[in-house]
Amino acid sequence: MSSDFQIELREVTHAYRTDSGPLPVLDNLSLKLPKDTFTAVVGPSGCGKSTLTRLVSGLMKPDEGQVWLASKLVTSPRPTVGMAFQNPVLLEWRTILQNVMLPLEIVKSGMSKAEGLERAHALLDLVGLTGFEDKRPSELSGGMRQRASLCRSLIHKPEVLILDEPFGALDAFTREDLWCTMHDLRAIEPFTCLLITHDLRESVFLADQVVVLSGRPAHAQYVLNVDIPGKRTLDDLYTPKAVAMLADLRHQIQVAQGRTDGAATPAAHAQRGAKAPTPEAQS
Amino acid sequence: MTNIFRKVGVPLIFIGAVLVLWEWAVWFNGLPDYRMASPSDLLPKFWQFRWLFLERSWETLWRTVAGLGLAIVVGTLLGMIMGFSRTARDGLYPLLVGFNAIPKATVVPIVALIFVGQHDFNTILLAFMISFFPIAVSVSIGLSTLEPEYRDILRSLGASKFTIFWKIALPKTLPEFFGALKVAVTLAFIGTNLMEIVSPHGRGLGDLFDSGRISADYPLMFAVLFALAALGIVLFYIVVALERVFAGWAERGQG
Ligand SMILES: Nc1ncnc2c1ncn2[C@@H]1O[C@H](COP(=O)(O)OP(=O)(O)OP(=O)(O)O)[C@@H](O)[C@H]1O
Ligand SMILES: [Mg+2]
Repeated sequence: MSSDFQIELREVTHAYRTDSGPLPVLDNLSLKLPKDTFTAVVGPSGCGKSTLTRLVSGLMKPDEGQVWLASKLVTSPRPTVGMAFQNPVLLEWRTILQNVMLPLEIVKSGMSKAEGLERAHALLDLVGLTGFEDKRPSELSGGMRQRASLCRSLIHKPEVLILDEPFGALDAFTREDLWCTMHDLRAIEPFTCLLITHDLRESVFLADQVVVLSGRPAHAQYVLNVDIPGKRTLDDLYTPKAVAMLADLRHQIQVAQGRTDGAATPAAHAQRGAKAPTPEAQS
Repeated sequence: MTNIFRKVGVPLIFIGAVLVLWEWAVWFNGLPDYRMASPSDLLPKFWQFRWLFLERSWETLWRTVAGLGLAIVVGTLLGMIMGFSRTARDGLYPLLVGFNAIPKATVVPIVALIFVGQHDFNTILLAFMISFFPIAVSVSIGLSTLEPEYRDILRSLGASKFTIFWKIALPKTLPEFFGALKVAVTLAFIGTNLMEIVSPHGRGLGDLFDSGRISADYPLMFAVLFALAALGIVLFYIVVALERVFAGWAERGQG
């Protein structure tokens, strides 16, 4: 058995073991990410999106099902993956530049020290952090730390990029700038990207496919193919087609949150109905 | 300039003020030498015994540092064991707390009896015994409370356990370690002197203090206290300087 996709999840089921018994988080989740495509995952808060990233990166193993990465079963973390965590932890004892260069100390990237340094400077420049190379993380704002963490995830030229709400702490304008930066980056060096986000516009603007996760325990409730051909600009978000896609996604999120029964797939509906609603599902 | 004044000038002025106040209090109350020595009595004592003071200070100093060094090694190892293994933590903690609760003055005669005649070893041992506890506790707490997010940064790249320890756990624990070291250095100093005073053997400032006591030379006893205070300050600020170098990043900027 193998997988033709860069990332494939097959019927992944996972539960956290907590003091009050197992907490099912993912339920028969299947996903396919072709090579060098961009997939955005949206879903209600607490539905298991960050858990999904931990499974794909190999930080955790699923209870059931399989995660495939580059035709190999994921059993442990791989250096070909770049990851930006939801909580952008930087090492306080290092400067921003040293933080960004950290993966190069672990991963054999084939880059010389000078090349790595050059790349770090280039990435920091891309996200607008030039001039902050020698600052400590404590001297940066939350949004700036998030951008530095994004640079860190990219420094070793990963084949697979996993971003967990990387633009969450940014103001709207910087965020849109970074969206465009992501497109530019992909044009220069292709990578397969799994992006977790709360922002539907972000998902449509950046992704080739948007996956809506159901409420916890999550499965892939809906997959939207975003076919906006050619180089995207922010204006593309205001075309009738994009507006329709956004409305579609919004509706699916409401279904996932259990606010609308509407066009929920029968299976998902039956599953939700079978369990008592949890308070978190409403948040 | 103002910065240097703050760091050095202000403390010196305060020390000077306390000395003047002390001198004045002794003079005002008309206390004789054998009740309370005054600072002006001390200078002649220092001068009279200047070589002795230097020699004894050195003995106290090196044995304190040796005991502290041992405490750092053993304390860090214990802290690492307790920091990484829950079982070890649950098992060792009560033992260590119990050991630490024993007043060390009661240990002195026992140690002196077990290792009879080995004065340097005994003194270093006591300095070690009294000072390793805070180091072990702080290292173990530092390691066991390391947020998993920190570990995940390196783990997600496939880094080994050792790399994670070296690049994340160790530097992250340094501020706690130095916090404990500041306590430990003072404790080790107390340990050394305890051995020197309770089981005098002709070495260290503690012994000089004891001979002052035996010959009822109060100014000498006070002079020893002064020398001890000075040594303690020096040791403490050496640790502070090391902390600046190795864990300076943890200091919050003002304002
Ligand atoms: N280590 C853990 N142990 C136990 N439960 C956990 C753990 N991590 C997450 N959970 C629970 O699993 C569920 C899913 O968590 P996860 O972080 O994957 O959600 P999320 O979709 O990323 O949420 P958000 O959008 O708020 O980031 C939550 O209900 C959370 O309480
Ligand atoms: Mg999350």
